[in-house]
Amino acid sequence: MIPAEFDYVKAGSVDEAVAALVAGGEDSKVLGGGQSLLPVLRLRLNSPSVLVDVSGIDELRQVTDEGSSILVGAGVTTHEVMHHALVTAHVPLLSQAAGLVADPAIRHLGTFGGSCTHADPSGDMPSVAAALDAEFVVAGPGGRRTVAASDFFVDFFTTAVGLDEVLVAVRLPKMDGWGSHYEKFHRTAQAWAIVGVAAAVKVEGGAITGAKVALTNMGPTPVRATSVEAALVGGPATVEAIAGASGSAADGTSPTTDTHADAEFRQHLARVLTARAVTKAAGL
Amino acid sequence: MTHISVTVDGLHRHGDVEPRLLLVHWLREDLGLVGTPVGCDTSNCGACTVLVDGRSVKSCSVLAVQVDGKTVTTIQGLAEEDGEWHPVQKAFKECHGLQCGFCTPGMVMASVDLLSENPDPTEEEIRNGLEGNLCRCTGYHNIVKAVATAAAEMKGASS
Ligand SMILES: Cc1cc2nc3c(=O)[nH]c(=O)nc-3n(C[C@H](O)[C@H](O)[C@H](O)COP(=O)(O)OP(=O)(O)OC[C@H]3O[C@@H](n4cnc5c(N)ncnc54)[C@H](O)[C@@H]3O)c2cc1C
Ligand code: FES
Ligand code: FES
Repeated sequence: MIPAEFDYVKAGSVDEAVAALVAGGEDSKVLGGGQSLLPVLRLRLNSPSVLVDVSGIDELRQVTDEGSSILVGAGVTTHEVMHHALVTAHVPLLSQAAGLVADPAIRHLGTFGGSCTHADPSGDMPSVAAALDAEFVVAGPGGRRTVAASDFFVDFFTTAVGLDEVLVAVRLPKMDGWGSHYEKFHRTAQAWAIVGVAAAVKVEGGAITGAKVALTNMGPTPVRATSVEAALVGGPATVEAIAGASGSAADGTSPTTDTHADAEFRQHLARVLTARAVTKAAGL
Repeated sequence: MTHISVTVDGLHRHGDVEPRLLLVHWLREDLGLVGTPVGCDTSNCGACTVLVDGRSVKSCSVLAVQVDGKTVTTIQGLAEEDGEWHPVQKAFKECHGLQCGFCTPGMVMASVDLLSENPDPTEEEIRNGLEGNLCRCTGYHNIVKAVATAAAEMKGASS
């Protein structure tokens, strides 16, 4: 189908984009790669009056080394996230998970920032950001602010980014010395996660000294498996101990039931996939 | 209307387009390049795949205004100027990599992109690389064979 009519603004800078959003009013929308937005517009599930294209803004296209963290521009494509030297070297969890998003053609246009702001509960990038306690740099008419991952993902398809704001970049801590793995369960190629698990662990002298685990599609927003993290830390890095700790992965979650899986099966998957993800992250 | 200027299959093309015009509709309806088909409404099938600045994209999921200033290659621009087919096109024919042919333009373009990034892919890498392209006819086996054959051919030609 053909989308409903809209006006198109190609922004040259973040300030220009914010100004265009303000001028466009509440029916204006940011266009990143369009890989979630265009299917929505084609099916006429949404019909914004103005699209503000941020893909040409230089600042959004950068990946920057900040010392103990890297700053990934919101307009960096999923394909670039997979291959960028700073990401593969310091946040391999992000590059590995990016390689499991959609398919190559969609990854060539879809952006890291778009994935996060779209905030699909089955999206892979939000749970990686949540696991790593990422920070989101958001620009609006009143200037810039930084939002913690725990405050960024608000609900199904809803983030802290306001209607007149642009996500500029995402700050991720360097995970040097940690092992990590993203485990995704889906039934067909090129499909969204039925359940996914993002895990990073630090192993020292045979013991786990740090653990970060977040679940995809186990609720309206990414879920941190805090009880698993607590059970892992201080324990031995063994397959048995990890399997034991992963038993609580689904505690307190309320996943949906849909055509792909019911809630009970999702909870089963969360436990099994958490064990697999943490085991691989620990290099076992 | 927004003015766009795009290199399409080696030719400089420009025109005024409505912002909502999809790239695939600009190619087919304004430029008459009907070699690129539309197979779905959900960005899933990949039949409409073209290259933008050398990388595969689904032309049903891109606005024409998004490719302003860029270079687009469709299945109709893949052959040499003298008409000699691209090795991937030849391999699809030789290996029976198509039956009805509806998915073929997209399959070929996605394969060209795959081989430009990974000139010597394993079978698994070929299958993963083509995961965004659906074929209702072949069962994929001969498509995978065609891509492997083209890879060998292209490697032979460059060494
Ligand atoms: C067939 C198919 C399969 C897919 N499979 C997966 C999958 O397995 N896993 C997965 O994670 N994703 C999947 N996706 C989604 C894909 O990753 C999208 O590219 C991504 O969700 C959106 O990124 P985008 O840059 O294209 O954003 P757009 O589509 O341009 O925008 C999406 C939303 O984010 C907003 N937005 C975008 N950028 C910004 C910004 N900088 N500031 C403020 N708001 C912004 C837009 O206004 C819009 O609301 C799939 C998509 C398709 C079509
Ligand atoms: S027609 Fe473009 S993906 Fe199906
Ligand atoms: S040959 Fe018929 S869809 Fe692929």
